[in-house]
Amino acid sequence: MEAIYSLMDALLPFSWSSYTFMKNAFLAILLVTPLFGLLSTMVVSNRMAFFSDSLGHGAFTGIAIGVLLGSVSPLLSLVLFSVAFAVFITYIQNKSTASTDTIIGVFSATAIALGLMIMSHGGGFNKFSSYLIGDILSIVPGDLGALAAIAVLVIFAWAWLFNRLLVMSINPVFARSRGIRTFWVESIFASILAVVVSISIQWVGILIINALLVLPGASARNIANNVKQYTLFSVLIAVISGVTGLILAYYFSLAAGATIVVVSAVIFFITLGLKPYFAR
Amino acid sequence: MLRTFLHHRAASGSDCTKLCCTKIEDFTVRVGRLTIFEHINIHIHCGQLTALIGPNGAGKSTLLKAILGEVPHSGHLHYMDAKHKHTKPVIGYVPQYLRFDVSAPTSVFDLFQACLTQKPVWLFPAKRLRPRVRKNLERVHAADLIDRRLGALSGGELQRVLLALALDPMPDLLLLDEPVSGVDQNGLELFYEIVEDLRAKEDMAIILISHDLNMVARHADQVVLMNKGVICSGSPDEVFHDPKTIRLFGMIPEAVAHHADVSIDASTGAGNVKEGA
Repeated sequence: MEAIYSLMDALLPFSWSSYTFMKNAFLAILLVTPLFGLLSTMVVSNRMAFFSDSLGHGAFTGIAIGVLLGSVSPLLSLVLFSVAFAVFITYIQNKSTASTDTIIGVFSATAIALGLMIMSHGGGFNKFSSYLIGDILSIVPGDLGALAAIAVLVIFAWAWLFNRLLVMSINPVFARSRGIRTFWVESIFASILAVVVSISIQWVGILIINALLVLPGASARNIANNVKQYTLFSVLIAVISGVTGLILAYYFSLAAGATIVVVSAVIFFITLGLKPYFAR
Repeated sequence: MLRTFLHHRAASGSDCTKLCCTKIEDFTVRVGRLTIFEHINIHIHCGQLTALIGPNGAGKSTLLKAILGEVPHSGHLHYMDAKHKHTKPVIGYVPQYLRFDVSAPTSVFDLFQACLTQKPVWLFPAKRLRPRVRKNLERVHAADLIDRRLGALSGGELQRVLLALALDPMPDLLLLDEPVSGVDQNGLELFYEIVEDLRAKEDMAIILISHDLNMVARHADQVVLMNKGVICSGSPDEVFHDPKTIRLFGMIPEAVAHHADVSIDASTGAGNVKEGA
């Protein structure tokens, strides 16, 4: 860790990077934003913006259950609950004839209500409020190790999953006719989303986590003409907005998560304006 | 390429011309208490183009999905290859392109790479795949579309790209679900020419859902009129002169009936073996 810190001191001779908590936050952003950039492409292409939003809402219940049980850490219960929640929604979607947004609406609302109900037990809401907005400056070196491990896992899973997801995004029946087992691909994708969302929630916050899963992909779509550009632009936009947001948040003392999202939103509107010059 | 060649040899070798066949036996699909269609029996020979016609809601697209195994159904699909062995056929499927989401920045080549390889499209350049994709596209006269965005293709172009995709690996049975609208007349003409060409060269069985009776009369070997079941089937001539067809479609245009006569003459003249369905 010390070696990385001294390397950063040499490379980034700025006042913001002189603090250890800012170095940790910066490293966390470099690890986690590329993941959001990658996942974002298929969240947008598979029309899962509402689904990924519900993962944030499901987090309410996950955290509440963790606190209620006491013995497990809230993070562990959050990850486990989110994965189960995501796979369950995917399963019901495949079984039921009701439309996707109705099903997600039902589950999302239930998860919030259940979470709030459990949290309100005993009258102490305040200890949860940090999850709503998140605090990226609270990252410690131990978290960074876990983040790096998850980043590697996600990239491997993505290499295996991506072609299948791409064909599914174009037409699921066609994908199945080519031997793609869509339910499994969807479930694994949903689980990866659940893991990445739940580990990031404590830093970005429940309220705005979904923006990081939608905005990079949505912006990249405006200016990309093939899948490689789409992925590259999405990752770049996620990383640039992450770093820019963090630095702006430091100098103007703002909530880092929210600032990152606002920067991504600004990039989205710029790409929207550039669309006619890029799209072939 | 080698495989195509081998397949071609096998299909047109001396012992097995037009002897492989697909039998759809007693297909029934029910959703809850609603019967989509029941007791469908169709017999299809290789090298034959079978057209499915019928009014909206007749269950045509559902039948294709049942053949694919996409929809739960009762009944059996028997496929017998050229050597009279029962095997599982390779099925190619071209869905209605209107049901495709082409808004994502995906090029034609990306789509082929995603379908044909395990190498993730976002990571590897897959230069070695390019000649194969180009060859596939040449088969449908679309080689120049290789780097175009799916969203920038016209209806007819997208339909041909999807057809090219369904032909790799080369299927034994090709299912085509033609859209009701969106392809201009020239595009439609070209599409039927390509399908006709395939049927002859690759000796595959083709089932085509069509809404253009004119084209059906000109190109199909067998026509199946369905409306929640098979109403009547046979050569285009037989089906288009059947009173039941006329009752379902109203007046059959003079040109269609005429074409049906012409095509039946032409095919008997060519000495095609035809079995009554």
